[in-house]
Amino acid sequence: MRAIQYAAPRSLSDAVAILQERGSKARILAGGTDLIVQVGENVRDVDTLVDGKRIPELMKLSFDPVTGLTLGAAVPCYRVYEHPEIQSHYSGLVDSASIIGGTGIQGRASVGGNLCNSGPAGDTIPTLIAYSATARIVGANGERTVPVEDFCTAPGRNILQPDELLVSIHFPVPPAHFGAAYLRFIPRNEMDIAVVGVGASLALDDAGTIVSARVALAAVAPKPLYVPEVGYFLEGAIPSTEVFAEAGDIARSLVTPISDMRGTAAHRKHLTGVLVRRTLQRAFERARA
Amino acid sequence: MATQIVSGKTAITATINGETRDWLCEPRQTLLEVLRDTLGLTGSKEGCSNGNCGACNVIMDGRLVNTCCVLAVEADETEITTVEGLATPDGLSTLQANFIEGAGLQCGFCTPGFLVSTKALLDKNPNPTDEEIRWWLAGNLCRCTGYDKILSAIKKTIAETNAS
Ligand SMILES: Cc1cc2nc3c(=O)[nH]c(=O)nc-3n(C[C@H](O)[C@H](O)[C@H](O)COP(=O)(O)OP(=O)(O)OC[C@H]3O[C@@H](n4cnc5c(N)ncnc54)[C@H](O)[C@@H]3O)c2cc1C
Ligand code: FES
Ligand code: FES
Repeated sequence: MRAIQYAAPRSLSDAVAILQERGSKARILAGGTDLIVQVGENVRDVDTLVDGKRIPELMKLSFDPVTGLTLGAAVPCYRVYEHPEIQSHYSGLVDSASIIGGTGIQGRASVGGNLCNSGPAGDTIPTLIAYSATARIVGANGERTVPVEDFCTAPGRNILQPDELLVSIHFPVPPAHFGAAYLRFIPRNEMDIAVVGVGASLALDDAGTIVSARVALAAVAPKPLYVPEVGYFLEGAIPSTEVFAEAGDIARSLVTPISDMRGTAAHRKHLTGVLVRRTLQRAFERARA
Repeated sequence: MATQIVSGKTAITATINGETRDWLCEPRQTLLEVLRDTLGLTGSKEGCSNGNCGACNVIMDGRLVNTCCVLAVEADETEITTVEGLATPDGLSTLQANFIEGAGLQCGFCTPGFLVSTKALLDKNPNPTDEEIRWWLAGNLCRCTGYDKILSAIKKTIAETNAS
């Protein structure tokens, strides 16, 4: 690895001051499972790593039955999927956090890092969108909160300005009869990048009719793709295999993926239809449970 | 500005295999480089240096990590177990002995990573199912054994620990 500088600030204001002074060549270091590899392989032009793991807000993980879940941007995946309240209230997030890399990677890799790396195939991002999660951002000009579906802009790019960092991700309290899930297709059983990934959530009323639904897709567009059309179609419908299959057809008709070494465009379109159906089915089973 | 920005060599202290170790390193050095080249702990192997093979795995503050994806400066004030910390003065651990006895290795390059990862698993879950063992070890690659003999060495260790 070429020479770099390292700082471990203990407060948000110190971190912002360093980002502001150093400009775009300074980057926040969370688990490092993307960043250290990228710097080592010289594919990222970085000269200063600003370790976020000593900043309390970035390591905070707390659930409040009224305000919801606050997930600090640098909290590693294992803390997410081992957390009892995440297991009971946000099982779709467990789906995503438990398939990133292997056990060693999950000891370090964070959901915030996955979002900020902004890869089109990032396995947590469709799930965050399905949960209507928001990103809390702090920078030299203060603070802002942005829906996750508006965060990524292009492969590896997002709305963060050079002096800004992601502090935490906030999840609202799931309403009654709510379920969410994430499924991806990879050619192996584990340790691979999604050919297609789908995050979906459903909320039902007491009679079992769908009152709201959100679907987002990984690896079929230059950024994680929210497809509100699928949600509009599902609202007011009675859940059934046919309805979920039709939702899959709608999603498939909306995507224009590329062909690359992981899969052809035709394969990805097909997988989109299949996985949207299956993910909705799983979200429905959780909503009913 | 309150926070110091480190560019040159900096002093780091960590507890490795129960001993306090101090070293000087630059921010660009990974923990794997320092373990091997500075501290002489060459048990941890560099198979890929991008997080995919698990040959560099150690236990850091109770969690399994890939040391090729950790900066050595990040290890300050941590507690680390490497493969060198598995044996006791009396000899190899049961797990190590069973890897040898059951041919859980051929070339041996992946073995330190498998041993450390398995220790991390058994510390947390002393009675894992076959499925749980295989999932836990998904980040450890072996080009030689086909994994079955690794699995049987681990299962033998679990059975012996339960019997003793
Ligand atoms: C072997 C291996 C397997 C993997 N498997 C998967 C997989 O299955 N699915 C998947 O989606 N990914 C996978 N990844 C990629 C990676 O592990 C994930 O993207 C992970 O979630 C990144 O988190 P991190 O904490 O390590 O981020 P880092 O590497 O620390 O950071 C990632 C990027 O985000 C920026 N960043 C981090 N935190 C902040 C912040 N708070 N504010 C602003 N910017 C920030 C960094 O500057 C960097 O550009 C894998 C990686 C490896 C090495
Ligand atoms: S050398 Fe670290 S995972 Fe391969
Ligand atoms: S024994 Fe050779 S790589 Fe596993």
